[in-house]
Amino acid sequence: MANLRDLSNVACIVGVDESDEMGTLPHKSQLSLHVEAVTNAVRDAGLKVSDVDGIFTAGQHSPATIGEALGITARHVDGTTVGGCSFIIMVGHAVAALHHGLCDVAVISHGESGRSQVGVSPRRDTAIPGQFEAPYGFGPAPTMFGLITTRHMHRYGTTLEQWAQVAVSTRKWAALNPKALRREPLTVEDVLKARPVVYPFTVLNICLVTDAGGAVVLTRADRARDTAKKPVYVRGLGEGTEHVSLTQMKDLTFSEATRISGDKAFRMAGVGPTDFQHIMLYDAFTSGPPIMLESLGIAKRGEGVRFFEEGRSTPGGSLPINTNGGGLSYTHTGMYGIFPIIEAARQLRGECGPRQVPNLRTSLVNGMGGMLSAAGTLVLSNEA
Amino acid sequence: MEIDRPLPNPMTPEAKPYWDGLREQKLMLPKCGACGHVFWYPRVACPRCHARSIGWIQSKGRGTLHAFEIGYQSFNKAFKVPTPYVLAMVELAEGPRMLSNLINVEADPRKLTCDMPVEVVFSKLTDEVTLPLFQPAGR
Ligand SMILES: [Zn+2]
Repeated sequence: MANLRDLSNVACIVGVDESDEMGTLPHKSQLSLHVEAVTNAVRDAGLKVSDVDGIFTAGQHSPATIGEALGITARHVDGTTVGGCSFIIMVGHAVAALHHGLCDVAVISHGESGRSQVGVSPRRDTAIPGQFEAPYGFGPAPTMFGLITTRHMHRYGTTLEQWAQVAVSTRKWAALNPKALRREPLTVEDVLKARPVVYPFTVLNICLVTDAGGAVVLTRADRARDTAKKPVYVRGLGEGTEHVSLTQMKDLTFSEATRISGDKAFRMAGVGPTDFQHIMLYDAFTSGPPIMLESLGIAKRGEGVRFFEEGRSTPGGSLPINTNGGGLSYTHTGMYGIFPIIEAARQLRGECGPRQVPNLRTSLVNGMGGMLSAAGTLVLSNEA
Repeated sequence: MEIDRPLPNPMTPEAKPYWDGLREQKLMLPKCGACGHVFWYPRVACPRCHARSIGWIQSKGRGTLHAFEIGYQSFNKAFKVPTPYVLAMVELAEGPRMLSNLINVEADPRKLTCDMPVEVVFSKLTDEVTLPLFQPAGR
């Protein structure tokens, strides 16, 4: 009889890193961003690129392309692409593959020229969006996530000022991260007065658009003891999908995919939704993290934004959230999901200097794909 | 008249009764022949009971503004509707939700509220394509 808990703590994150540079990089191909991130993360683990035999990637490249660019003949590949959370979901896929011996060293790689668009081409079936969305002006993510947001405001009375607090809290963390792109102080007033893009969002409610890569290396727990840094145990993992087209989402104010992914991860880890001292959430929009907290059961419905408004999420607060500065202020390539994993691993190793969360044992990573359409959740710990 | 928005592309075979209906100023919705579920968007199997017998009904064209946004810029070169404009998710009285624009209303968040009643307005773009737009009900 299969038991979810069999997968708990069997594998560890042993290497993490970004590409050499992040930001506006018109001189860099997406493959270079991948290769930089992978070589950096493998070095962080104290391993060699030739040790890697499992390749996981999402988006513009197949894992075969990444293997070829790295000069690796992989014996396990995964290209699950369900939006930006795919990399979070792939940690779970890598754990399962490692547990069953399908590979011994797994690398999850991301490289995206989100800003400079070097070599980027859309390759998706346009039948639904081209027929039922584009004629009305719908297109990029802000034209969709705003619908979720105005419905939440209608149902719970959430305000523009409250959403702005999410950007302000996240910017405070970015100020402590030398790798963050936007580090200057930010006020609620700044967010409200910024250029309106699509109501209810000004440009400061929306994530950055950057070029960057990131990679995460995993191996089985027995081998992880011999790697360079303190291993980060994958204690719980979960994924889920609900919809793609926003008209198919049962309740715009609550992500069923997020709930499913969180329930599974919490059950596997044997923890409850309030057992974390650090949380990384996918902040493509200011309204995202509060709705994720609500969907995960960490906040009551309609009350997620209070974590930000009351300062709990900020430096020195009781529950630090998005300590790298998030997609809102650190970096956001388009598929952001690799970066919250990197930050959680660094926090659990105690490497974060002025932004280090003290006495950290258990960290939560949760991300969305699309418009809260898909989700991945990880419970990470620095002890087995 | 210049076409001010992207034309639907591709127009899929399973949606043909929908596009045919719009040309005659009728908003047609797919309905499952087995369980009676009225759903959106058109598919070859019912998303509730998965039966393959799909019929069509004519919507009364009434519903509510389920959620909205105001576009202060265009996000597609072919979309040339003057800003600001209202992006809308409409919940039809028959059940399904669809995306559209709310027109004949001031594009100001203070003038709009979720769940306000709306009704369909047919907007002919070409001989082939008529789109269902919405306006506040009883205008
Ligand atoms: Zn049915």
